[in-house]
Amino acid sequence: MAQRRPPLYGRHEDRGAKFTEFGGWQMPVEFDSISTEHAAVRDAAGIFDVSHMGEIEVSGPDAERLMQRLTTNDVTALDPGDAQYSAITDEDGVMLDDTVVYRLPESRDAEFLFVPNAGHDEEAYDRWTTYRDEQDFAATVDNVTADYGMVAVQGPEAPDLVSARADGDVLDLSKFEATDASVAGVDCLVANTGYTGERGFELVFPSDGAGAVWDAFASDCQPCGLGARDTLRMEYGFLLSGQDFDPEENPRTPYEAGIGFAVKLDTEFVGRDALEAQYEQGVDQQFVGVTLRERGVPRHGYEITTPDGDTVGEVTSGTMSPTLDEPIGLGYVDEAHAEDGESVRVVVRGTGKKATITTPPFIDQ
Amino acid sequence: MSFDVPDNLYYLESHEWIDPDTGRVGISDFAQDELGDVVFVELPGVGDELDADSEFGVVESIKAVSDIYAPVSGEVTDVNETLEDEPELVNDDPFGDGWLVELDFDDADLDDLLTAEEYRDQIA
Repeated sequence: MAQRRPPLYGRHEDRGAKFTEFGGWQMPVEFDSISTEHAAVRDAAGIFDVSHMGEIEVSGPDAERLMQRLTTNDVTALDPGDAQYSAITDEDGVMLDDTVVYRLPESRDAEFLFVPNAGHDEEAYDRWTTYRDEQDFAATVDNVTADYGMVAVQGPEAPDLVSARADGDVLDLSKFEATDASVAGVDCLVANTGYTGERGFELVFPSDGAGAVWDAFASDCQPCGLGARDTLRMEYGFLLSGQDFDPEENPRTPYEAGIGFAVKLDTEFVGRDALEAQYEQGVDQQFVGVTLRERGVPRHGYEITTPDGDTVGEVTSGTMSPTLDEPIGLGYVDEAHAEDGESVRVVVRGTGKKATITTPPFIDQ
Repeated sequence: MSFDVPDNLYYLESHEWIDPDTGRVGISDFAQDELGDVVFVELPGVGDELDADSEFGVVESIKAVSDIYAPVSGEVTDVNETLEDEPELVNDDPFGDGWLVELDFDDADLDDLLTAEEYRDQIA
């Protein structure tokens, strides 16, 4: 199948980016170097093209009910302009994806926008429309992924950078709050959200305005690829869909994945009963961080063992942390070994390397 | 983008190089660029015997793990221990201070390797 390209593909190519396939998209993985881009976001600011993220709009009389049934958080808590992190689960409470749900400002035609991960937009659209039809809900669902571009401007200087280019009051936005604003003459939804742990914004805009928005930041902001996005999110312990959880390869519930805060059991949603049972019984394994105390790098699929060599879990993501210059990983371990500071081993090419369970974030917030 | 490919070295398709005069082995400029920021190098010990085309170590960048292969059979006579603390030398100076190991080998084995010209064609 042909890979999808973001509207900014040509600009990235001109800038000399290296590309990678991710979720069916051809995206920039690196512009200069991961360490340079990572440091820019921690110390100043960086801009990411995240147009591979899906966008689904939902509106109509039953839009709220539909969103409530298909996501684990409580969408009735959202006022226009509010956003929330949420999970999409199946009947067994297994996470199909994680997402951010926006109740859009009243100026918008649609009431809700949610953002599935790269390559998940079509399955999310199918899930929403199938459930709507089964329940006979009056709701319109539009997969607008191809119509929108999206960038993230992240880092301590991001608020000033975005504020200087937006005609709205973006500095007044609370965390997980969004507003309409014009940037370089392009109508954007500017949200105080991100995936790096830094202050910052995500901007959603019509695809044909992508170049103007990107260019407005290009001279003052380090362009960053998916490589730095990955190392930044790992330092904060943020989940990567398809890697830290996957309904086929690594089925996990929100409680196992450490995002129980995004589950509201007093709402009605697909998977609620299974999750209530797990909430009462507790989980067998927990999502944790791990820091290697010996030379090596934890990677996806490496075993986590006790010092005696008994397998107690597995690494799902890992890297050499550019900020700490230490090897860090994320993964799941048996509940009995999930305590912060627990001594474990990570098996790197057959050798158990000393490691410590480290509750993320790995760096100070 | 053009990459440095010194004429006096021999190359493997998997991007390792060997200096026929010193027996030093490393990875190419192209390879270090593909890998990105190198953060860890795992090498054999002095005295280890390597077989041509066998994996003899690992170079890890922030994003990936990559096996490295012996260009020729031979005994490891020296290992670049500086890389333990400064793995970034593989990026900064892949044909110089970023060398990996030194081998005692048979010159006849060089005939099986790519010349600089052939390697340039491969990465073009």
